[in-house]
Amino acid sequence: MDIPYTVEPRPDTGLYNAKVGIWLFLASEVMLFGALFSSYILLRVGAPEDYWPHGWLNVPIGTANTLVLITSSITTVMAWAACKMNQFGRFKFFHACTILLAMTFVCIKSYEYHDKFTHYEIILKDGKIADGHIVSNDPKSDRVVISGRYVEDRAELYDLTKHKGPHKHEEISIPRDQIKKMQNYGPWHNTYLAIYFTLTGLHALHVIGGAVVIGFLWTTGNKMWKTDRERFTNRIEISGLFWHFVDLVWIFLFPVLYLI
Amino acid sequence: METTQTHAHEDFRQHVRRYLFVFYALLFGTLITVGASYIPFGNHAINIGVALFIASGKAFLVAGYFMHLISERKMIYTIMAFTAFFFVGLMFLTLGAFGDFPRFTVTH
Repeated sequence: MDIPYTVEPRPDTGLYNAKVGIWLFLASEVMLFGALFSSYILLRVGAPEDYWPHGWLNVPIGTANTLVLITSSITTVMAWAACKMNQFGRFKFFHACTILLAMTFVCIKSYEYHDKFTHYEIILKDGKIADGHIVSNDPKSDRVVISGRYVEDRAELYDLTKHKGPHKHEEISIPRDQIKKMQNYGPWHNTYLAIYFTLTGLHALHVIGGAVVIGFLWTTGNKMWKTDRERFTNRIEISGLFWHFVDLVWIFLFPVLYLI
Repeated sequence: METTQTHAHEDFRQHVRRYLFVFYALLFGTLITVGASYIPFGNHAINIGVALFIASGKAFLVAGYFMHLISERKMIYTIMAFTAFFFVGLMFLTLGAFGDFPRFTVTH
């Protein structure tokens, strides 16, 4: 038995079924990300004055990733338009670009995550705070070496846009027995990083999921082009709608996490 | 038959031109968002408002043109209307929650 309305529109909705399906799915996705944005607002407003981080993320890198995702959106829509115009070669080209751009996005995001996981705040027993990227943390060694700086007040670490002066980053060797607490900038560090990793992590999973589907349609899934062109084109449209939604979420994530 | 196909192709070429225009607008919007974040408007809330306003404009372009929401069927608009209702409701609940807890109760 064939699945009904994969190509021709249903008389009552005027749409093929997959399109109604993807929009219902996207509606649930809006609420999922909406709940996380709501959490972000509550955490940010509830944070003590001067203790909500600013300038912790690299704006040029975030901007580059935004441009990568926007470019992947145009290549996705171009791939669909190529299918509509019966230009299979162009479709292959544009979707290859989409997959490469998706991989670029994930690579850049991984670099950013790595930067946070190797960034440490070390509170010493004498009250001083050392902050910087780890150089050496061999458990057998009695010293920890970071490339960073000392700060007197923890607040200095929160708003990096205020304390703009030239941060002298030098190699600091700290005896392990003088360390009171040492923690990297993972999601456990504070509420800002918790919501940052949750939001961007969930978004990255969407990017990977979307890229897998697009990758399937680009490779083995494209056999349908020979047997049922319209249905294949509809599949490209559906995967494209999901991809644009992923882009749309990032359009809000970027200013919220990187800029404001 | 061939004429119909030629018309359809011409129609899609026009669509493609529109997509390219939207793409350039999105690139420009991104640069404007970054630039505006460095302008001291005097109150940080204004910076937040400007960033979200530009982001909303970009979201409209993506949803309207790339996702074709600007010329969709009634069924899709109905789904989106329900989504918008619940999303706005969620945001109002969030704002309403500010009154429930004293400020500065979330610790690092």
